[in-house]
Amino acid sequence: MNEILSRYHFPAADCSRIPYGMYRDAEIYGLEQERIFRGPVWNYLALEAEIPKPGDFRTVVVGDTPVIVDRAKDGTVHAFVNRCAHRGAIVQRQLHGNTKVHTCCYHQWAYDLQGKLAGVPFRRGVNGVGGLDDDFDPTCHSLQKLRVESLNGVIFGSFSDAVEPLEIFLGPAFVAQLRRLFHAPVAVLGYQRQRIFGNWKLYSDNVRDPNHGGLLHMFQITFGIARLSAKGGAVLDAEGKHNMSWAAQGAPAAGGGDDYQDTARGDMNIKLRDPSMLQYRKEFPDDLSLTIASIFPNCTFQQIGNTLAVRQFRTKSADEFEVVSTFFGYEADDAEMVKHRLKAANLAGPAGLVSMEDGEAVEIVHRAIVRDGDSHSVVEFGGKGPVKDQENLVTDVPIRGFWLHYCKLMGITPGGAA
Amino acid sequence: MSSEVQNLFETYARLLDADRLEDWLDLFVDGCHYEILSRENVAQNLPLSLMLCDSKDMLVDRVMSLREANIYNIHVDCHILSFLHVEEIEGVIKAGCNYAVFQSNQEGESRLFSVGRYQAEIIRQHGVLRFKKMRIVVDTGAVLTLLATPL
Repeated sequence: MNEILSRYHFPAADCSRIPYGMYRDAEIYGLEQERIFRGPVWNYLALEAEIPKPGDFRTVVVGDTPVIVDRAKDGTVHAFVNRCAHRGAIVQRQLHGNTKVHTCCYHQWAYDLQGKLAGVPFRRGVNGVGGLDDDFDPTCHSLQKLRVESLNGVIFGSFSDAVEPLEIFLGPAFVAQLRRLFHAPVAVLGYQRQRIFGNWKLYSDNVRDPNHGGLLHMFQITFGIARLSAKGGAVLDAEGKHNMSWAAQGAPAAGGGDDYQDTARGDMNIKLRDPSMLQYRKEFPDDLSLTIASIFPNCTFQQIGNTLAVRQFRTKSADEFEVVSTFFGYEADDAEMVKHRLKAANLAGPAGLVSMEDGEAVEIVHRAIVRDGDSHSVVEFGGKGPVKDQENLVTDVPIRGFWLHYCKLMGITPGGAA
Repeated sequence: MSSEVQNLFETYARLLDADRLEDWLDLFVDGCHYEILSRENVAQNLPLSLMLCDSKDMLVDRVMSLREANIYNIHVDCHILSFLHVEEIEGVIKAGCNYAVFQSNQEGESRLFSVGRYQAEIIRQHGVLRFKKMRIVVDTGAVLTLLATPL
């Protein structure tokens, strides 16, 4: 086994124990860039609605690799590493824009919208002196391309030649969820960014842990809006790597009763003065009012009532990551609906009334697990053993699904000998 | 008038820094609008904010939620205000200034948490100046950890 991986031991084959060191080790982080983000996966890149016209581009990040996503003259979408083939500089320095070519400011190497090297100034030197040798072949110096596939206007990219087609990778439940959220042309409402000083996997665990929703995020409980005993659950793909936590509007779980008397806070039943942002305007054919769909490895598609967004996780180091959220509605929304979505956005993001706690939760774990890398966190809510769909919210089984797939890609055998 | 406006901004910052959020609410009129936007969205003409209260009741709810429901990093804030600009147009005072908010944890470690600009509309009510509108455009659009206490 790889020397770096042999430092930590997963004692349980079902990943119900996760060694702390996996979150803190800088060399594990380096290996993840190669085996996870550049491995056989599809990373969320951007929405086609962000680059509607030929020449439109946005610069994004996959893991920690800078990437340009753009639309070529023929309307096709392309993605390539934002690093000049010459001396390694960032080529496109703008966050977004429209251009005919991407030109590196350092020595003016220019790349077309498909990432091909289109121009090198002074290639022949001046008056036959200087410049590049005659054997320089521009076709060998394109920007490194990512494979690109798009589903209902959601663009994914992959560094891997081996990865299966996007829809197979997503699996039927997540193809259906993306078709559900992107059933009509979307309009971007804006971005939110959050810099969290912890390991990115503590965040990907967090979005696969429905159990914390009604215990950490007490806004809805305090104001009598929702409870952990509500009807809800988690849907996984066949491998368990993707997860969608869901809850249905106004439907208490069978059996009633819950355990809030065991928490420090309980039901305070305080009323909001202006609950208008909480109103859910039914806009999908089903009753789901909360869906948090996390696609391995780098994104989450969120529906919190009428607040729709996709979050892209961008890693900075083992100890820091950024969450970039793109909030959207539909082109067909009327002014009232746009206003409602903007107001309801108070619930989500770094200042979100039901989400701000996540930043703190990740950081307090990250700080406390600085030592004892071979000690473990406990992941047993919803039961141990095989990973499968969950019919209630008091579960963290999807975390194990993430880790089982993570271990497979990293080359770790959980439960194997130390 | 300029010194009166300056006094209002300073009271605003002082009450936030002292965690007197309930008293801070009194600086807003009933039909107020409070919004925190990132410069990134403003520059692209995108309407999404980080925090949006389009009524005084929503602002009161924010404060109540912080007190009763939300969990966030334990910290104190320190505001620094500068470059106040004031103009009066038909009875409405438009005022703006730059701000910096430093955040410190319990162990006395401080970090620059947010910089940006206040853009306010101020009216006189019962003889005193109050905020009718507070629009905060943050340069620090990449929020460090989380944004709980109003800026």
